[in-house]
Amino acid sequence: MTDLQLTLNIWRQRSSSESGKFESYEVDNLNTHMSFLEMLDVLNENLVEENKEPVAFDHDCREGICGMCSMVINGRPHGPMKGTTTCQLHMRHFKNGDTITIEPWRAKAFPVVKDLVVDRSSFDRIIQSGGYVSVNTGSAPDGNAIPIPKSIAEEAFDAAACIGCGACVASCKNASASLFVSAKISQLSLLPQGQPEKNERVKKMVAQMDEEGFGHCTNTGACQAECPKEISVDYIRKMNVDYNLSNIKG
Amino acid sequence: MILDSKVPEGPLESKWTNYKSSVPLVSPANKRRIEVIVVGTGLAGASAAASMAEMGYKVKSFCFQDSPRRAHSIAAQGGINAAKNYQNDGDSVYRLFYDTIKGGDYRSREANVYRLAEVSASIIDQCVAQGVPFAREYGGTLDNRSFGGVQVSRTFYARGQTGQQLLLGAYSALSRQISKGNITMYNRHEMVDIVKIDGKARGVIVRNLLTGEFSRHFGHAVVLATGGYGNVYYLSTNAMGSNVTAAWKAYKQGAAFSNPCFTQIHPTCIPVSGDYQSKLTLMSESLRNDGRIWVPKNKGDNRKPSQIPEDERDYYLERRYPAFGNLVPRDVASRAAKERCDEGFGVGDTGLAVYLDFEDAIKRLGKETVSARYGNLFAMYDKITGDDPYTTPMRIFPAVHYTMGGLWVDYDLMTTVPGLYAIGECNFSDHGANRLGASALMQGLADGYFVLPYTIGKYLSEDIRTEPMDTAHEAFDTAEKKALERTKILLQNNGSRSVESFHRDLGKIVWDYCGMSRNQKSLNEAILSIQSLREEFWKHVKVPGDDKTYNPELDKAGRVADFFELGELMMRDALEREESCGGHFREEYQTQEGEALRDDENYTFASTWEFKGIDKPPTLHKEDLNFETVAPTQRSYK
Repeated sequence: MTDLQLTLNIWRQRSSSESGKFESYEVDNLNTHMSFLEMLDVLNENLVEENKEPVAFDHDCREGICGMCSMVINGRPHGPMKGTTTCQLHMRHFKNGDTITIEPWRAKAFPVVKDLVVDRSSFDRIIQSGGYVSVNTGSAPDGNAIPIPKSIAEEAFDAAACIGCGACVASCKNASASLFVSAKISQLSLLPQGQPEKNERVKKMVAQMDEEGFGHCTNTGACQAECPKEISVDYIRKMNVDYNLSNIKG
Repeated sequence: MILDSKVPEGPLESKWTNYKSSVPLVSPANKRRIEVIVVGTGLAGASAAASMAEMGYKVKSFCFQDSPRRAHSIAAQGGINAAKNYQNDGDSVYRLFYDTIKGGDYRSREANVYRLAEVSASIIDQCVAQGVPFAREYGGTLDNRSFGGVQVSRTFYARGQTGQQLLLGAYSALSRQISKGNITMYNRHEMVDIVKIDGKARGVIVRNLLTGEFSRHFGHAVVLATGGYGNVYYLSTNAMGSNVTAAWKAYKQGAAFSNPCFTQIHPTCIPVSGDYQSKLTLMSESLRNDGRIWVPKNKGDNRKPSQIPEDERDYYLERRYPAFGNLVPRDVASRAAKERCDEGFGVGDTGLAVYLDFEDAIKRLGKETVSARYGNLFAMYDKITGDDPYTTPMRIFPAVHYTMGGLWVDYDLMTTVPGLYAIGECNFSDHGANRLGASALMQGLADGYFVLPYTIGKYLSEDIRTEPMDTAHEAFDTAEKKALERTKILLQNNGSRSVESFHRDLGKIVWDYCGMSRNQKSLNEAILSIQSLREEFWKHVKVPGDDKTYNPELDKAGRVADFFELGELMMRDALEREESCGGHFREEYQTQEGEALRDDENYTFASTWEFKGIDKPPTLHKEDLNFETVAPTQRSYK
């Protein structure tokens, strides 16, 4: 365990209707065992003691699965480590004396709520537009009635691993939500249960994505590089195929 | 207060069938006019809201997170139990029922547990139909694994992210009903009080966490699906936002609270590494399928684990419990780890850890198979600790994980307040004094998909003539004013200490005195310590910011204030229960081998507490537990 002293440049913005700016903070009494969010906890406790308002940031499970934490660290969503959410990023990856810049996700479809907190309800609305199988409680056949090849189940799982954090959008120069949307579409279109609504689903979800103001995909692959769950851009290809087929099939 | 469990007459195995056949129904035309409020969107809340909306009720759903998909059920790793017997290993509804009753150390209600086991199989069918990508065999059928406290393989799983996949399934069902207009969803809203009119739950007051605004919502019935209260310990595997507030407001409005001291300390978590630590991370129980737990045989053996030869290792679970070995239930495994560490055999810098070793599994199965089973858990461990579990054993220690106690509910899942229901971890009903692994997901989804949507009809069928009530009613007024007043006090308090520092201190008291072992003297002391810390909190807490923009410090202050009151009740409950059972281990009551010593003659009941006022002791009511099918015996895993 090594002690750390850091300079933090953090985006402060009181509300979505006000403009924001970077503020600089010095923090010491840190160590390399801390997680990145625990480092921010220390800053916030200091701010409370100094009678200043703490930095608002979203976080909840702190184990990399709820998808709530969302900050751009030194220009990279969730920071420098591959396949890692901010809450699982540990300070051993930083050096004493480092300056760290922390910003919120930046995208038109994710307006800033306060400081590092953004509104991601556009993702919810995309799922509401068709990201489900229409099956009422009680109407399901036996779980083993339809065998699913292990490889297909695994591939569907890889897509379903998406935590809906929005790092794909934050990393994309076009602020496209294609990785998020394609992951859900692919999960369901790979499985037999998703077949009946396959065409309708892809049309509706893509339309909703456009309506929310996300940009288009230009295949730069930044989303895959920054996705904390390492979801493959191959699903975007699958989504495009499904989308084109749905237009032919009607 | 009368505790009527309303368990239906008849033999155990036909109670639920008969109930469903005879329970009054609400006609589709009437369902459209009936409004139900569901607080919380975890497995129980999301599945209940979706199922009731599908049936035709008008549902309003609330969560404090930015999206319903983020509720803490998402973090459950290992799996979900169901009595499918797909593995042909002799499983049955009765065995799942029996294992759960025995695992809970004979402190749960037979009829509820039997129903849970009965509906378990339908949960798997439902989730598969939603597109949940469960693990499968090469032939395409569903795969299973084992969990602690059982001798069959009945746990269905989706890698180490079963909770996530099940929750996203329930979230998709919820989203579908939102898009149809059958559910109105309120994200980033926290329930701050229950509204009662003429003795019945008729609505809630919620606070918009982004704007600070309070709003009033009427419901013919109110369902709490707000999870457990493990964060009273400050450090736990719960999410940072998990809290007791909704359940606690219900308690203060007359809903009795049962067995608050029954908390589950999970044996396999990443140990605490420093004072700054904000939460603890679980390493799934599934790891105990292949991992072996040990400590050095010699005290203070500082050699690297790889340098300690086989005959100098103490595989203490295999030694003490040969029949179940590393797969003993959680309470037993946690206590055994504590015992070794207390005796000075613990490992790591703090001596508060034991090894969980995969060396043999890797030799037997190969790295690839081990990686396919546990790869994501190994990666998570590596990220947090910087150690690679493929080459060195994990270091683990018990941590607070789940709370078996909760709001008392009858067979209908209704609390002692008419029209107020509690489902999932929020209620006390199914796990007794210790929950078995992979049963929380089962209970959450059983309550939400298959139990509550039926049982709530019984109450609502008598309420079809009630018109939606105006929220200008004085009961709403009073509740909102009270909530507003509390917010003002917190913000205007000119104190000097952060909420976090108080929470940390409270957590330490609860962990030290009401953790893995308890005794009369220290419980009495703890009540006084909590009372004085609570007083200090209201005098000296400092909450910066205002109530017009997003203010997480204010939200946390309200939650911690409720944890103080809960913490005191936990101590009282632990003090009153003069026996050891499940997760409740009173040092005064143990066998010669150090196992929990139950007192069935005097304590075969659910301790159920009635609120009497903030500075008055609560009243204890006892729901006697009648074991008609299973005869309680000393729980043995030897």
